[in-house]
Amino acid sequence: MKLPIRVTVNGAPQAHEVEPRLLLVHYLRDVLGLTGAHVGCDTSQCGACTVLVDGQAVKSCTVLAVQTDGAEVTTIEGLAALGPTPPAPLPVREGGEDRHSQSPAPPFPTRERGPGGLGLHPLQQAFWDQHGLQCGYCTPGMIMAAYDLLRQHPRPSEAEIRHGLEGVLCRCTGYQHIVAAVQQAAEQLAAPAPPAS
Amino acid sequence: MFPRAFEYVAPDTLDEALALLAEDPDETRALAGGHSLLPLMKLRLAAPRRLVDLRRLRGALAHVQPANGNGGGLAIGALVTYHALATDPSVHERHPVMAEVAAAIGDLQVRNRGTIGGSLAHADPAGDLPAVALALDARLQLTARGGAERTVPATDFFQGAYTTALGPGELLTRIDLPTPLAHSGAAYAKARNPASGYAVAGVAAFLALGADGRVATARVAVTGVGEVAYRATACEAALRGQEPTPERLREAVAQAAAGVQPLEDVYASGAYRAHLTSLYAERALRRALERARGAS
Amino acid sequence: MVLSRSVGASIKRREDPRLVTGQGQYVDDVRLPGTLYMAFVRSPHAHARVGRIDATAALQQPGVAAVFTHADCALALTTHAALNPEKPPPPHPVLAGDRVRFVGEAVAVVLADDRYVARDAADLVEVEYEPLPAAASMQAALAEGAPLVHDDYPGNVYMKMQRNQGDIEAAFRQAARVVRLDIFNQRVNSLPMEPRAALAEYRRYDETLTLWSSNQVPHTLRSEVAKLLDMPESRVRVIAPDVGGGFGSKLNVYPEEVLTAWAAKRLGRPVKWVEERRESLLTLSHGRGQIDEIEAAVAADGKILGLRARVVGDLGAHLLLFTALIPVLTINMLVGPYDIPVVASELTEVFTHCAPTDAHRGAGRPEATFLLERLMDRIAAELGLDPADVRRRNFVQPGQFPYTSAVGSVYDSGNYPAALDKALEVVGYRALREEQRRLRAQGRYLGIGLGSYVELTGVGPSRGFGAPVWEAAVVRAEPDGTVTVMCGAPSQGQGHETSFAQLVAGELGVPFESVRVLTGDTAVGVTGIGTFGSRSMPVAGGAIVGAAARVREKALQVAAALLEAAPEDLEYRDGQAMVRGQPGKVVTFQQIANAAYAAFMLPPEIEPGLEATMFFDPPNMTYPFGTHVCVVEVDPSSGEVQLLRFVAVDDAGRIINPLLAAGQIHGGIAQGIGQALYEEIVYDEQGQLRTASLMDYAIPTADKVPAYELDHTETPGTTNPLGAKGIGEAGTIGSTPAVVNAVLDALQPFGVTHIDMPLKPERIWQAIRGRQAGAQDAAVVEAAEEAPDTGEPRRVPPGQEGR
Repeated sequence: MKLPIRVTVNGAPQAHEVEPRLLLVHYLRDVLGLTGAHVGCDTSQCGACTVLVDGQAVKSCTVLAVQTDGAEVTTIEGLAALGPTPPAPLPVREGGEDRHSQSPAPPFPTRERGPGGLGLHPLQQAFWDQHGLQCGYCTPGMIMAAYDLLRQHPRPSEAEIRHGLEGVLCRCTGYQHIVAAVQQAAEQLAAPAPPAS
Repeated sequence: MFPRAFEYVAPDTLDEALALLAEDPDETRALAGGHSLLPLMKLRLAAPRRLVDLRRLRGALAHVQPANGNGGGLAIGALVTYHALATDPSVHERHPVMAEVAAAIGDLQVRNRGTIGGSLAHADPAGDLPAVALALDARLQLTARGGAERTVPATDFFQGAYTTALGPGELLTRIDLPTPLAHSGAAYAKARNPASGYAVAGVAAFLALGADGRVATARVAVTGVGEVAYRATACEAALRGQEPTPERLREAVAQAAAGVQPLEDVYASGAYRAHLTSLYAERALRRALERARGAS
Repeated sequence: MVLSRSVGASIKRREDPRLVTGQGQYVDDVRLPGTLYMAFVRSPHAHARVGRIDATAALQQPGVAAVFTHADCALALTTHAALNPEKPPPPHPVLAGDRVRFVGEAVAVVLADDRYVARDAADLVEVEYEPLPAAASMQAALAEGAPLVHDDYPGNVYMKMQRNQGDIEAAFRQAARVVRLDIFNQRVNSLPMEPRAALAEYRRYDETLTLWSSNQVPHTLRSEVAKLLDMPESRVRVIAPDVGGGFGSKLNVYPEEVLTAWAAKRLGRPVKWVEERRESLLTLSHGRGQIDEIEAAVAADGKILGLRARVVGDLGAHLLLFTALIPVLTINMLVGPYDIPVVASELTEVFTHCAPTDAHRGAGRPEATFLLERLMDRIAAELGLDPADVRRRNFVQPGQFPYTSAVGSVYDSGNYPAALDKALEVVGYRALREEQRRLRAQGRYLGIGLGSYVELTGVGPSRGFGAPVWEAAVVRAEPDGTVTVMCGAPSQGQGHETSFAQLVAGELGVPFESVRVLTGDTAVGVTGIGTFGSRSMPVAGGAIVGAAARVREKALQVAAALLEAAPEDLEYRDGQAMVRGQPGKVVTFQQIANAAYAAFMLPPEIEPGLEATMFFDPPNMTYPFGTHVCVVEVDPSSGEVQLLRFVAVDDAGRIINPLLAAGQIHGGIAQGIGQALYEEIVYDEQGQLRTASLMDYAIPTADKVPAYELDHTETPGTTNPLGAKGIGEAGTIGSTPAVVNAVLDALQPFGVTHIDMPLKPERIWQAIRGRQAGAQDAAVVEAAEEAPDTGEPRRVPPGQEGR
């Protein structure tokens, strides 16, 4: 028995009928064709499937698509459009769901836009600059988890970065360049936005 | 990787949810954060016919508030996430051990979804929060349809592996923590399984000192070692009324696993778990003592 | 060869823009309409007879297209390492016939139009099993009366091999001391973050098959699939798109890949298989799995006079592509960087009712390095010498190259003392030893561990190796002067799109951005071999620069025609050809390419076009080396280990891209730490896998590894024009013993002499207690160690039963 869901994914409203058991990661990959989130395990350890649901990093393999009815989902494909990290969500108010409050984002600090004007988010740029990926399979999950980490700790220490990324496994990099990438992104995101010229 | 098929409902009110749970209790499970239940369903170790998603009840059940009629305590809604617990100022102020433990459960992503109610109701033998609930002498509010409510102390709530006092059709809706006692402190220390992050042995310790500096109240709760989180009553008895010297602590924690058949698994033997229980009980007690002495 | 700004530069990767934006294309990202998803029915028994298979209930599920068993598909895989010359290798059917031999072995496949339904239906297939006794460890398999994995192999022994040099008895007679060591090198799983996946499409009217697979050797896979499906290779195309890690585990031809192709051909619809992690832990080839019994005849100053080694290799239940070769590589590197003149080695390869083993990062060489490095530390401990001094005393010296080791390997070049000295300098060894003394007085236990290694990479030549191990590349200038490079060595994270482009940009003097690299598709370029054994720079690199050099030569011919000069009067620099001494007469590479394809201004003797192919068969293996140093603190009350520092000094000859090279070392170190402290594949006595998920199989997370301190020396290799030696596996080889040696160094005051990996806290705690329990227990252990050598497998050390 399929159920209707309406989810906003990377800013675009989506409406589908899905089986209750369809995992969010499969909804994103198989129904929407957003194959950036990856499946790396069966038991919610590896984090390669991490996306944002209402601004918070979650493992999309451990969320049912039906649980995101009415929610906003951001995947790696939609990260660049988010601009710099929005402020942390406001505390829960009476009578409403815990909604991530979006104040208008400050101007996007434009750095190197990548080939063909990709307009990378500072995290994506930093992973590229610092060689924070090798096979790339954990990378979307790692970046989305880092996004939430920086939202909670805008100026993280190295230890905070390493602990904050416990939920994403990488088998290729040994993590050192990932840490450097998150540090670079943190610096860039914490820097005041350049004046509009 | 793929759960079996099931029906799914996301009711708008608590009473609707309770009615659904009461209809077919053996085949219906409540879904909160889903980070204990969904992994089991993906492994096909659990296959309920119907899931009742509590997400629309967050307005009612996802708050941390001062406890009613109890100025210094806390009333924590069952749907409060670990992340919310870890960052809530009143939790930090009144029962900091709860915030600390919540900040270290699982990982960042898990903490955004997992809930205190879900964790306690699931009663994983190696979950962290059951031990903290026991050490803080939490009182759990269980609600059934038609407004039927009862309060169960944590000591009576955890009955066995994945088994609690929750009856058919009942939901855990609130966790009450008492007003912090003067000269009291609590701490949690655990050895973590490097793969799963669960406790190989985790000890939550609570100490309240009398005006004479002796132990007035001691609660030592252990998880990851027995089939269910338990209070190490022999250890507590060895502390009560005593001066909390390092030697006394060391003697007392020798009994932290007394009367318990420690779990064995591929990671650790029972003998090692028993040893860790004493070791981590001592660490938790030392920190609890520091806090108790530092607290006004 | 021509160097430029490009080679040796830390250029950012071309792969990354698509990977950081989620636009990578891994096998499961490839979508074909009408695809059927394939799920496996796998044996729950380690050894059993297979009876009736009833698929009725499965076939009744809506959306299920077919269920196949051995009765439908009786294909069997071949091994490329059939090393027993007296017998053919045992058959390895892709679907078990009347017998299953390990838990997880494939028994049936279900195909359905939805991946969830495929799993539902697979659960409904009923298989009758008659369980049989299983031999789920090397000891069990070698025991008297053990159940046989393959009836043609009595005693479960696939092969025995001896390699001896010199008079071992004399060496032991001359020894001042005999140092003994028993090591269990545990099975691990490569755990690539992308589990295996395969997608096949058969076009009936074209009679062509395309197979996408998460695989390191697409050309080998193509040959095997073509052979098995009785199709010409020219009509089979294999594509390894973006691959999420391999580490040797995808250097193979798996039943699942073959079945994907077979089913697609059989059903006329695309078939996709995406592995679940549990399946991967069960059936992705395991790495390591050895029992090593070592005896060294040692002089009073720590010099090894002779080495006796008895190695037992765990093959598992079947021979995959290179299963039987891996333990042989241990023997090939048995003396490591040390000048050990006399060796007596015996290798026994054993079948067990467990998953097959095969290559895993280092593939046989880490096992050799591990036993040698533990031995060096044991010699130091027993003779009261410094572990660094023992190594120095035994190293092959810089003047001895090329060096032929007692087991027959010829090391091309190296300077082992220099790497050791540098590592000790970087870590501050003397100061650390003082710090260690100071902390011991306070009841704290710091440990310093060394891991010196030499390893063999870039295997070749083909005739010496007995198998094709060349690599090929096509370097093609396009008419506009940009360049396309096609090579048979694909990436699973190594960054070949970047490093291969650097090589060509360097050779041709063209901008890096103008070079495009294509790998991993058998329809592109010429046939290749693949990526494994750290061969990408030494072998693929050799082919690439060789082909680029041929292009440069032709470019000079064309330039000469354009400039109306003789080729020998031209200079080629920075992408331009100019007449020597006439600065005005110059043409760019772009102009040359344009002219080569336009052709109308070429003289008749110059063929149009500007491209070249090279097949490079390296004249010898090459031998990177280094020393790693690990510093730990151990808490004896719990056995917990804190990794404080990790220093790696590696020498892989010429480094093409230092940023990428550092990444390889970092990743290798993390895997070495993993094996040393966390990872183990555990089978119980019935052959059930107890570590079948990431809840139990632990790999390091970011908080469990320190910040690595890297340095390097650069001793050019001699087997390829680059002087490169390959760096992909070195990190894993040096690190594992460095970590273990550090922990045991910390525990010296307790008298602990050895602990088998992984050094979990409990094992450390038990080892300390074992020594503290007193002389009684120690005497028991010592008596066992002194037991006469009867030729039987030695008594299992306490705590290791059941391996």
